[in-house]
Amino acid sequence: MAQTSELTLTTRLFLKAYRWRQIDPVPFAPLSKPLAECRVGLVSSAGFVAPGVEPFDEELRGGDSSWRSVPSDADTSSFSDSHRSESFDHTGMERDPELVFPLTRLHELAAEGWIGEVAPRHASCMGSITATGRLVNESAPDMAAQFVEDQVDLVLLVPV
Amino acid sequence: MCNQTVGLVAAELERQGVTTVAIQLLRSIAERVRPPRGLWVPFPHGYPLEAPGEPERQRQVLRAALDLATAPGPGPLLVDYVPTRPG
Repeated sequence: MAQTSELTLTTRLFLKAYRWRQIDPVPFAPLSKPLAECRVGLVSSAGFVAPGVEPFDEELRGGDSSWRSVPSDADTSSFSDSHRSESFDHTGMERDPELVFPLTRLHELAAEGWIGEVAPRHASCMGSITATGRLVNESAPDMAAQFVEDQVDLVLLVPV
Repeated sequence: MCNQTVGLVAAELERQGVTTVAIQLLRSIAERVRPPRGLWVPFPHGYPLEAPGEPERQRQVLRAALDLATAPGPGPLLVDYVPTRPG
């Protein structure tokens, strides 16, 4: 189980003082069709990038709120980890990227009939963002625009 | 921070009419940030789908997340994931 007690003292002190951004009001878009007919997309905040794609900037103050579009046929085993946080164990996701970017798992669920199909494009970002203004005002709307353009019904979001 | 980040992205998606489920690793943060639909998983940081190299266990978490997408509103909904273990 993830607990703040496993974090470093510096991180715990930071989190104690940090003012979390509460979603208010909470928007709620009901699913409009059965899961077996839905087009499903992924957002992973693991900071993974595909070969040849610019890595996230680990040094950016407040966190790098940029994002990368990931095609549905991407090979997750080729992804590299550019997440800056040292507050968690990276070994699991470096051994098996599907642990945090389950694109192959999603294709398997589509093959099983649990979902209708996998979206053509997904999104990768680095979740270690303390200054959330640019994320909320620019990156999140841009990510949403991609999924709306692709007529995606449902998006699963995976943090680390 | 990752929990907040995916929650904020989920909120924007829902505002644009796209249904979301955000996996959450820290229940206390999920309660503060309030993503529209959150599936809290009892796994360590870095292990949101439980275990590397375990496709079926990873699919179980995803199936639970997909099921939560069908839950009626209003949000925020925060549901605990209970792993099933082979008999």
